[in-house]
Amino acid sequence: MDAIQRELLVQVADLHEIPVGAYNIRANGSSVDRKSTGNIEILNKEDKSGIEIHIKPGTKKESVHIPVIMSQSGLEEVVYNDFYIGENADVTIIAGCGIHNGGDASTRHDGIHRFFIEKNAHVKYVEKHYGSGDGKGERIMNPVTEIHMDEDSFMEMDTVQIKGVDSTKRENKAWLKTGAKLVVMERLMTHGRQRAESYFDVRLDGEDSSANIISRSVARNDSYQLFQADLCGNNRCSGHTECDAIIMENARISAVPELTANHVDAALIHEAAIGKIAGEQLIKLMTLGLTEAEAEEQIISGFLK
Amino acid sequence: MLELKNISFQVPDEKVRNAKEIGILNDVSFTLEDNKFVVITGPNGGGKSTLAKIIAGIEKPTSGQILWNGQDITDMGITDRAKLGISYAFQQPVRFKGVTVFDLLRLAAGKDISVAGACEYLSKVGLCAKDYIKREVNSSLSGGEIKRIEIATILARKTKVSVFDEPEAGIDLWSFQNLIQVFEEMHQQLHGSILIISHQERILNIADEILLIADGKLVKKGTKDEILPELLGTANAAVSCNKAVNR
Repeated sequence: MDAIQRELLVQVADLHEIPVGAYNIRANGSSVDRKSTGNIEILNKEDKSGIEIHIKPGTKKESVHIPVIMSQSGLEEVVYNDFYIGENADVTIIAGCGIHNGGDASTRHDGIHRFFIEKNAHVKYVEKHYGSGDGKGERIMNPVTEIHMDEDSFMEMDTVQIKGVDSTKRENKAWLKTGAKLVVMERLMTHGRQRAESYFDVRLDGEDSSANIISRSVARNDSYQLFQADLCGNNRCSGHTECDAIIMENARISAVPELTANHVDAALIHEAAIGKIAGEQLIKLMTLGLTEAEAEEQIISGFLK
Repeated sequence: MLELKNISFQVPDEKVRNAKEIGILNDVSFTLEDNKFVVITGPNGGGKSTLAKIIAGIEKPTSGQILWNGQDITDMGITDRAKLGISYAFQQPVRFKGVTVFDLLRLAAGKDISVAGACEYLSKVGLCAKDYIKREVNSSLSGGEIKRIEIATILARKTKVSVFDEPEAGIDLWSFQNLIQVFEEMHQQLHGSILIISHQERILNIADEILLIADGKLVKKGTKDEILPELLGTANAAVSCNKAVNR
């Protein structure tokens, strides 16, 4: 692995060395390093590109790292990764994709992730997207996340894309059974002429299922963002989506909420707010001695923390 | 030493097109001596808050001059005045999503401070530090809580001049006595000047000097012994006013 690839690994997975636990490192289109553990098995997919991750029932406090790094300009790939999380397991999954494009051709990674979370299992899923390189070629990522949640399971998804991805279309779909709970925190920053689209489609099918989807984003320069959340309550359930966006310069942002209640005890809420940084926030930090630019930076980094 | 010379502040009358300007402040002059505790009081809408904002650099006077130890700072911006040594506590503190109480205190101190250091400021304003240090300065804080955090940020700055715009607003009665102690302590330890806009008799009571501002003018100034009896006398003004109306 060269220096560029190592830097990408640090950016997307905070990995400075070989991780503890199970892992699969994919670089420029193929798996370069892999380790399964007693409880977590990583296998190649037989019919298409990608891996299967099988986590045994009852596995506690273990982690899986599956970073993807691409440094070869012009490479385009679609990868299918399936996660099977056994009953009562409690695990952390760290995914992430870093693209360094120093050439003129587009580099694209479309990661299709499917989660099958069995009864009472608990998953923390962390996903980070990052792009670098000064080539003219675009850095493109189109992740799809499908989440199937069995009774009383819990998933917390933390997804971050702060820098360097030119174009992204993120599709997230979830189906929740009785008592299942989904929490999503999305943080996004776009600049230059970047485009980011985020779709959430959540079906609250089971009794007392709940979902909380929060998106915080900053759109700068000439970038464009679309946030679309469709929450459907098919039972006694509670759902909340929130899109909170800071708009700067010539950027454009659309927030499209959709709520559907097919049950009288479905309680669904959507909140959306788009606006520039409040003048009084800048003034307060300036009265503490920060310059306007420093104040702006501080407000944005807090907002996206 | 901070000197305000003939400060006026006018805004256009929005109700009438092409109308003349309305005077918020008219020819206000006074000097804030070093290590003095000065309270500005007077009726609502009299121009007190505008004067505080003019000192902090948030508003620019239409005319007049502001001198800092003889240096003209009238055209100086907010950041530079803050660096020079002027602090300003908002009447309605600003809320931030994602910025924690600790972040704000660290920025106020202007250097990396320890959690223990931040806690010291919080406990002075009567907040249990461990409950608050990681909290975001967002709408989950009550009016009283955010007001105390605002005061803590000024304590952390330790500047030559600290301006507070109605610090008592939103603070419950139980904590009010502590607040007075905070100001007294600041006054004794800081070797700087404190300028407070207040309507509270107990704050007026600890002032070295009281300025009465009404209708944009500095109506009176003097020690508390000179001003207070007269001011408290005007509490009866409403009664005589009613009498006049009923006549």
